Amino acid sequence: MFFGEKAVLSEPVYEIEVEIKNADGLHMRPAMRFVDLAGTFVCDIEVSNDDTYVDGKSIMQMTMLAATRGTRLKVKARGPDAQEAIKALQELVEEKLFDDSAAAGSGGQKA
Amino acid sequence: MEIRKGIAVSPGIAIARSMVIDSKDHRIPRRSIMASQCAKEVKRVREAFSGAIAELTALEAAKSIEESKIKDIFAVHLRFLRDKSLRKRITDYVRDELTTAEYALSVTLREIASHFARMDDPYISERAADFYDMEKRLLTQLLGKVREDVEHLTSEVVIVAHDLSPTQTASFNKTFVKGIATEAGGRTSHTAIVARSLGIPAVVALEEVTLTVTADSTVIVDGNRGMVIIDPNEETVKEYQRYASELSQFEHRLYVIKDEPAVTRDGVNITLLGNIEFDDEAEMVKERGGDGIGLYRTEFLYLYNDSEPTEQDHYEAYAHAVRTFESQPVVIRTMDMGADKYPQSGRRPVESNPVLGLRSIRFCLQNLTMFKNQLRAILRVSVLGDVRIIFPLISNLQELRQAKMILRDVMEDLDESGIGYNPDVPVGIMIETPSAALTASLLAGECDFFSIGTNDLIQYTLAVDRANEHVSTLYSAADPAVLSLLRNVIHDANKAKIGLSVCGEVASDPEFIMLILGMGVRTLSLAPPMIPEIKQVIRSVTLKECNQLARKVATMDSQRQIKNYLRDVAIKILPEAF
Repeated sequence: MFFGEKAVLSEPVYEIEVEIKNADGLHMRPAMRFVDLAGTFVCDIEVSNDDTYVDGKSIMQMTMLAATRGTRLKVKARGPDAQEAIKALQELVEEKLFDDSAAAGSGGQKA
Repeated sequence: MEIRKGIAVSPGIAIARSMVIDSKDHRIPRRSIMASQCAKEVKRVREAFSGAIAELTALEAAKSIEESKIKDIFAVHLRFLRDKSLRKRITDYVRDELTTAEYALSVTLREIASHFARMDDPYISERAADFYDMEKRLLTQLLGKVREDVEHLTSEVVIVAHDLSPTQTASFNKTFVKGIATEAGGRTSHTAIVARSLGIPAVVALEEVTLTVTADSTVIVDGNRGMVIIDPNEETVKEYQRYASELSQFEHRLYVIKDEPAVTRDGVNITLLGNIEFDDEAEMVKERGGDGIGLYRTEFLYLYNDSEPTEQDHYEAYAHAVRTFESQPVVIRTMDMGADKYPQSGRRPVESNPVLGLRSIRFCLQNLTMFKNQLRAILRVSVLGDVRIIFPLISNLQELRQAKMILRDVMEDLDESGIGYNPDVPVGIMIETPSAALTASLLAGECDFFSIGTNDLIQYTLAVDRANEHVSTLYSAADPAVLSLLRNVIHDANKAKIGLSVCGEVASDPEFIMLILGMGVRTLSLAPPMIPEIKQVIRSVTLKECNQLARKVATMDSQRQIKNYLRDVAIKILPEAF
């Protein structure tokens, strides 16, 4: 799944592309879950919808992306725990569909 | 330096630094700050955020699991308030644009809100509301702090605001609040009345004044000429300091004449009475040389109590004023306000046009228990002195008859209970609607006196709301239409040989005194602080001159021409007053 994996300035950088699959898109509550999770990592996390990169730890910037269902987002992490961060965020977006309580895959919405 | 013209509502001169009280329900104006104030405003932004976060955390904790939707909303708002990039955007705005914390906060959140509102996804576009909500919460933090500051002032300020509530105004510390400047309000607004009774110079109806004033700038409030000068130059400040000291000397000289009679140079006696709002103002009228109370407004009894005033509340408030004046007249006006302002009115009908709606005597005639309570108290104090009753806003003969009938009912009740009162208590009416002015000859046949309330009469005749800054310049007592009605009322009252006084603002305006004397008025009721000055005007003129002036005015056809003429004459008579 990882398509970019290289070290810059001795800090690991990981980048993936995820698809928003839940019905409501990246609205307030999903954005909140994303930001909360991103905030648990020390690495820098940037998210892009192709136009601009925003801070993945800022709820304001994340919601301003206004990503709807079907949008593909690039997520870039740079820092010591970047790999774990990327993995966890991908799981949140694509498998848990932003819902921590739901079991992975139970939504049956996988593309 | 910028000069703004408004309505002078409380006399005096104030020169002090500005303190602006914004309102969260009103657009926050762009207000510039000096670069040196940046750090302070940035700190205020941070404090507003921490305050709002603390408030929301408490609110979130107080919600039960069942209210998880609300909890979620609070949780989202909390994330935003903790978002450093949001805070940074606001503090950057303060630094780059040099504006107050309020403005930076408001403009940033509104920008974000409109960004959301433009999005196609309805779920996301509806989120704009969250930002307006957060804006309000943060502004409440900032403005609440300002309010606390007002209560704990340590230096002299001029308060600048869109509008002030009477309670707010009444809480001002006179030692530090030297002047008041507001955008809303009129001469008869409660802010104006409270400012007058506290003796704080005030100017209202200043269009967009909160936009013009920068934080902490010097402001001059000229409560005599109805002007506010923002960031005055040194010369203007000096000029005003001189003017203020001249005024206080002038006032001192006026004080000296307080025991002299109000008599014209050709020996005609004029009665000067005071308009009061609170019972302790009765002393002020006496100190200033007034001959009694010409208008005792009783609305404060309703406005400043949480529950409906009892008969005893009324009685005590009136008895004090009546005892102060012993055998001199005290004219008590029955409740004169609308259902919209009457706090105890359980059912408040929503009226699209309250000024033309259920107010004043109309409201009383539909709320008889309340009305009779007040009448009983007035009748009971009538044995203590020369008490007279006046009904406001009478607009036809039928209303006068109804009001008198209810008064007779109350008298009968008192007879039955064996309570004393003056059965011949004089009953008068306010002439303040064009319909009353036009039918004055009919009304004069069924009451003992008229008091012309020029404020409402002008508003109803010219169809102008003076508190509305867009049309307030159309409001003028010198309008030929108003003067024509006044002539009619004065003529009819004198012909019927009933009492007549003028109690509107015109009676405290030195420029109008000669005209109303010349038109035939011999009793004036005015704001207590103005009594000495008006007496001085009266003592400087002859009735012959007044009559000539009134005849000349009758030939003039425009408000402007009349006003200029009255002013020119007045300046010649009493140059110090202008």
